[in-house]
Amino acid sequence: MKPQVLFIVLLLGGLTALPGLAQSKFLTRTGSISFFSATPIEDIEARNEQVGAAVDVQSGQIAFTVPMKGFQFPRSLMQEHFNENYVESDKYPKATFSGTLVNWTPAALPTTGPQTVQVEGDLTIHGVTKRVRVPGTLEKQGNRLLVKSKFAVAPADYNIEIPALVRNQIAKSVDVTVNLACNPAP
Amino acid sequence: MISISTLWRVAGGLAAVLLLTPVHTQAQDLLNQLESQSTDSLRREYVTATFKGTRVINGHSIETPGKGSLVFLISHRFGTLNSGAYEFFGLDQATIRLGLEYGLTNNLAVGVGRSSLEKTYDGFVKYKAVRQSSGPRAMPISVTLLATSAVSTLKFEPQPERSTTSRFTYTYQALLARKFSSNLSVQLMPTLVHRNYVALRRDENDVYAIGAAARQKLTKRLALTAEYYYLLPGATADDYRNSLAVGFDIETGGHVFQLHFTNSQGMIEKFFVPQTTGNFFDGDIYFGFNISRAFQLRN
Repeated sequence: MKPQVLFIVLLLGGLTALPGLAQSKFLTRTGSISFFSATPIEDIEARNEQVGAAVDVQSGQIAFTVPMKGFQFPRSLMQEHFNENYVESDKYPKATFSGTLVNWTPAALPTTGPQTVQVEGDLTIHGVTKRVRVPGTLEKQGNRLLVKSKFAVAPADYNIEIPALVRNQIAKSVDVTVNLACNPAP
Repeated sequence: MISISTLWRVAGGLAAVLLLTPVHTQAQDLLNQLESQSTDSLRREYVTATFKGTRVINGHSIETPGKGSLVFLISHRFGTLNSGAYEFFGLDQATIRLGLEYGLTNNLAVGVGRSSLEKTYDGFVKYKAVRQSSGPRAMPISVTLLATSAVSTLKFEPQPERSTTSRFTYTYQALLARKFSSNLSVQLMPTLVHRNYVALRRDENDVYAIGAAARQKLTKRLALTAEYYYLLPGATADDYRNSLAVGFDIETGGHVFQLHFTNSQGMIEKFFVPQTTGNFFDGDIYFGFNISRAFQLRN
């Protein structure tokens, strides 16, 4: 093949591949993440409906960004303590996740029913980044992509200090539930 | 001289490199993309926790209990430090105020209290009129309006009987605050105290004052606080002293302890604004504390 032809083929290939990539992306700005801390003394639950997330089903990439001040607690004082003392939202306004689906091929996404997947990546909370591997499900519903996951996070792993006086009221390991309905990226 | 075909080859190679490289950094790219398109900066966000408690020290802060939250507040002042060893440097004496405050909404609160000083009952309404916020239409300060009334229930004898109305005192305050950073908050408090009855002809029924207060965090759970009420020139300013208080806010998780030193004995406006007699720098200093505990009654 002549170099000119090779170049044109590559160029055309690149151009056609780009819109293909874009269509494989799913986005949301109103995803939900909630967490639940259960102790014999007190149960604490908070919900955040402002989660930004993107999933690329072609490459199996997945990313989240969570504004920490978006967590709503039933008690205003808890919310204040959460932001002021525990996650320090002014200093660390966001938690992020950036990872990939393990052993992913685009063909693995079924047209009906949820597909169990494993995701591995970097979870950053309170300025501390940890490599995590968590289970979840992906489901195609119409043109939307539903993402669900449930995993545990230990506040101590992310340097979130809990004062001795309330140590018995906050769980050592907090259950995090992720629920996203992503639309195709424009 | 470089041939055309070499140029083509180089260009083709470059194109191939450009199209094939981004594989391993894609996840990070996706996150960057997500963040660059973020609409977070378009979200209006209210500033919270300008002060730790509903009081700075003696006086109110802009904070109110959240919706459905009932706060039980115990305020306590010992005697003056300069009262000597006989009075155990003030610890032998005590005045106390027990109070309850409740958040009707996140912006509106009501409260009642009872001070041992002059056996006084008080009630107040407090409304967060403006809240400091960031984002679109950002608001640089918070404004909370406060109206209180206090009724002294001391027996009249041996003094002659007076009308019930004469027992009442009202206070109106506009609390203006700004949280400059997560560590520093400053508040200004224009204040009017109206007394239905004053003992002497020269005493003023209406007393005007301007208060200033600040909180500086020292660590995550410890803050230094200060509060000062300046009496505007007049008979009250001539006869009484400006109220000064300095203290620490200590947060323990569930509640806030406030420990402080002040030249005012009373813990409501009608006492500490127009009736402060202590000279702080002569050692007329009352050591005291506030403890609050919040109970969530409704969500």
